[in-house]
Amino acid sequence: MPLHRFTCNGKHLIFDGHALALHEVDEVAWELLAGPAEDIEGRARALAGRFPREAIDEAVAEIRTLAHQGLLFAPDPYGGYEPPPPLVKALCLNVAHACNLSCGYCFAGGGEYGAGPAVMPPEIARRAVDFLIAASGPRKRVEIDFFGGEPLLALDTVRAAVAYAREREAAAGKEFGFTLTTNALLLTDEVIDYLLRHGFNVVLSLDGRPEVHNRFRRTRGGQGSYAAVRERILRFIERWENWDGPRGYYYVRGTFTRYNQDFAEDFLHLVDLGVRFISLEPAVGRGDEEWTIREEDLPRLEAEYERLARLYLALRVGGRDVHFFHFRLDLDGGPCLPRRLTGCGAGCGYLAVAPDGSLYPCHQFDGRDAFRLGDVWSGATEPRLVEDFRQAHIYRKPCRDCWAKFLCSGGCHAAAFIANGNVLTPYVVGCRLMQKRLECALYLASAECVRRSKKEKTEDKGGTWEVHGPGRLDMTISLC
Amino acid sequence: MGKHIKVIAVGGGKKAGQTGCGECPTSCQSACKTSCTVGNQSCVRDGK
Repeated sequence: MPLHRFTCNGKHLIFDGHALALHEVDEVAWELLAGPAEDIEGRARALAGRFPREAIDEAVAEIRTLAHQGLLFAPDPYGGYEPPPPLVKALCLNVAHACNLSCGYCFAGGGEYGAGPAVMPPEIARRAVDFLIAASGPRKRVEIDFFGGEPLLALDTVRAAVAYAREREAAAGKEFGFTLTTNALLLTDEVIDYLLRHGFNVVLSLDGRPEVHNRFRRTRGGQGSYAAVRERILRFIERWENWDGPRGYYYVRGTFTRYNQDFAEDFLHLVDLGVRFISLEPAVGRGDEEWTIREEDLPRLEAEYERLARLYLALRVGGRDVHFFHFRLDLDGGPCLPRRLTGCGAGCGYLAVAPDGSLYPCHQFDGRDAFRLGDVWSGATEPRLVEDFRQAHIYRKPCRDCWAKFLCSGGCHAAAFIANGNVLTPYVVGCRLMQKRLECALYLASAECVRRSKKEKTEDKGGTWEVHGPGRLDMTISLC
Repeated sequence: MGKHIKVIAVGGGKKAGQTGCGECPTSCQSACKTSCTVGNQSCVRDGK
């Protein structure tokens, strides 16, 4: 069902998932598009008496024109897809199997991945750099993501890897990018300057309101970490905003659980703190934890995403330059075919490295023996596993019939495995939330389009009405 | 622009012919830490 028909915040919208075309429709077109293309004449007859004959005929004609243009009822353009050979682009270095927090929802078991505390020695990190250079072949842009546990517990290893990558990159014909995900507790001014100087992208963990954050994100001694984390994150943002040179992006990343299904309030709290780049994500558990999102929670969460979309739009219209990661959508550009069909590339384009140099398909598989692919000395020595992940694209999953497949790319392999025991059966709660977020992003694209049209009309008349904030919304819109 | 259907976006980003150059400025792997929505990634070949 690639043609998706939905209402968001009162707007009737139609999204053709094959064409990636978005339409806002009135009532008569909405009813006509309630089923397959071949039944439109029948639906038109059934609507007689509910709408004027002329309006029905006009809408049918518009639908036919758009279908002819490939913007409605478009066929799947990518049948028979064969993914490209595996070629590594990025490594996640789990430099610390240790953490100075003990978060109740941590997928890594307090940061230790079930194997006890460990820190990656600098020589293994340097070997990982060598491996990435070799395994990325002709690719120029490669990435290293420092993760844990808490990666700042292994700052010497981080520094060693970065220095070595910079030392090797020119001769190797590479450009390294770095990302670090941190709970911020060790984010001193010196560390902040180091990250900014080296152009790091930084993901900072803060869940939102103090009581929400402190419920799960506690120190080893059981104390809430909100106050300390907030102070360090705001210090980072202050320096980031005033940094003169090139810089990476930052996101403040929060996790929500079934305890704070009103997570739009956490978004607003972060905005009030002065955070401009925000991501809020549901915690993924095995399903038997008290905090895990369940299917029965979905109606409320879906309504909350719509509320967040309204709040977000109001902020943007009011001139606030804030960004919500999941409402970003590039309908005009966006990624290439392999990325749309295979997503993150875990297991073939993206690998995680454990502190002992073992390779896994991604950070979430770290420590699972059945998923050990090899190591940074010998490379991937389990070709069957690599092939399993290479072939885990949307046409081998139920995703093939989903309207969102080219925007979602099949979801997270690890979430699928944790929920269902295999990577080809998507995590259904994750699917529903992804679809809702995408509906909201499409709604915002539509709202921005209308807003722009009104502004242009007002300017045409010499009016002074101004609704645009300092920045545009995060969507690229090709026509409106 | 139709009277009953307003076209918001025409989906210029399908890139059916691309085989994937792998030069994306930010990979999904990093974005994954904020949870990947592949549709919000951009293609460097288009200068975005």
